[in-house]
Amino acid sequence: MAKTYYDPADLRKFGKITEWNEELGNKFFDYYGKVFEEGALTAREKSLIALAVAHTEQCPYCIDAYTKDSLQRGVTKEEMMEAIHVGAAIKSGATLVHGVQMMNKVNKLDG
Amino acid sequence: MATKSLKKLGSDLAKSNKQLEILSNGIFANDELPTFKNKISETSQFPLKAKPLEILQINVGYMCNQVCEHCHVDAGPDRKEIMTQETMQQILDVIKTTGAHTLDLTGGAPEMNPNFRWFVEEASKIGVKDFIVRSNLTIIRANKKYYDLPQFFKKHNIHVISSMPHWTRGKTDKQRGEGVFDMSIKALQELNAVGYGMPGSDLKLDLVYNPSGAFLPGDQSAMEKDFKKALMEDFSIQFHNLFAITNLPIARFLDFLIASENYEDYMYSLVEAYNPAAVANVMCTNTLSVSWDGYLFDCDFNQMLELPVNSKSKHISEYKTELLEGRNIVISQHCYGCTAGAGSSCQGVVA
Ligand code: SF4
Ligand code: SF4
Repeated sequence: MAKTYYDPADLRKFGKITEWNEELGNKFFDYYGKVFEEGALTAREKSLIALAVAHTEQCPYCIDAYTKDSLQRGVTKEEMMEAIHVGAAIKSGATLVHGVQMMNKVNKLDG
Repeated sequence: MATKSLKKLGSDLAKSNKQLEILSNGIFANDELPTFKNKISETSQFPLKAKPLEILQINVGYMCNQVCEHCHVDAGPDRKEIMTQETMQQILDVIKTTGAHTLDLTGGAPEMNPNFRWFVEEASKIGVKDFIVRSNLTIIRANKKYYDLPQFFKKHNIHVISSMPHWTRGKTDKQRGEGVFDMSIKALQELNAVGYGMPGSDLKLDLVYNPSGAFLPGDQSAMEKDFKKALMEDFSIQFHNLFAITNLPIARFLDFLIASENYEDYMYSLVEAYNPAAVANVMCTNTLSVSWDGYLFDCDFNQMLELPVNSKSKHISEYKTELLEGRNIVISQHCYGCTAGAGSSCQGVVA
């Protein structure tokens, strides 16, 4: 049995998910590849968005992959850290904005 | 930051056979990854064969004013291997007889060879189409005696190709040494001032980008755009093309990969990015590399690994086209560096 839930080497095996369902697997990878192509946004911008989302999703594979991808695209560590703060700000904002719901509820229940 | 070459440090990895041993063992010996030979055999591209010579690349010596972290030459101020005028003369004699259209001087810092200017003057009389000097930029600012290099290059219509790992100071200095960025910027401005790199100018100035760590270069044209924008905005610097070059796992870069425990992952990245279309155009198929002491190699990397050409013609003094053309190229796992993604050569991508 594997000793940990996450093994960095598993990332290389990601493509193998198509082995158990080729059609859906391939559709996913086609879509995935297309999303990251140069479009209205540059591949570099997309890489930074992916890096920020990788953190908010807390996916260790994505963090490894998009840190490397960002470096390959010449992104500096300052830019990477700023991107992560954007993700973190949205995360905390999303938590705190629910405070309004709590306040509404308190006001309703307890005047 | 390193201040000494691996050779000077007495490192095991300064020995080419030690490097070749590493590249042939481990993940490549236990079939985890295919050897380069097996990989190119899949598409019937083994053996790689030399086509007619187009580019003669001359390494005029391993001495350099810098000690960049990932230098594949293991160059530095402490390296004493310097090409003699006699060897240079032998090269001049050969250039006259070959059909090579490009002469490419590299090092170390080629300008530090005491006979560098003489060689450039003599070679430019022969009239090759493209005469390249790979200048590390800082040499132009290193000492008064080099200050006039931009003028000297211009006079001989030299095509200047220079390394620039990033458009920011932090990333550049980390790889190439404290103060390198500012000196390089100054040198680029001076080259621009005499006409190098300007739009439409015949004085060609290209930059080489190679990654600062254990990752592959990004898309060459996207990187070029980013470099041009940043250098223009920040320093009003212009240049012609950017060549994105993959770091090959030899010498100081191999040392770094092993010390930082990135070696296996890096080799995986190279093998995963393997592109059979790049194999057809790897630079050894139209290039010959001449070492400081006149020996012939398939490329500068094989020179550093001391893998001589597979031909009876082993030295520039015994150069024979018919013995070299069609020879089988000597390969090992470092060759994966030339075939990853869009491929990599001293002139950038190949596929
Ligand atoms: S300038 Fe070039 S030759 Fe000199 S140490 Fe740096 S990479 Fe090596
Ligand atoms: S490392 Fe040298 S021999 Fe190997 S593919 Fe590249 S250019 Fe050819």
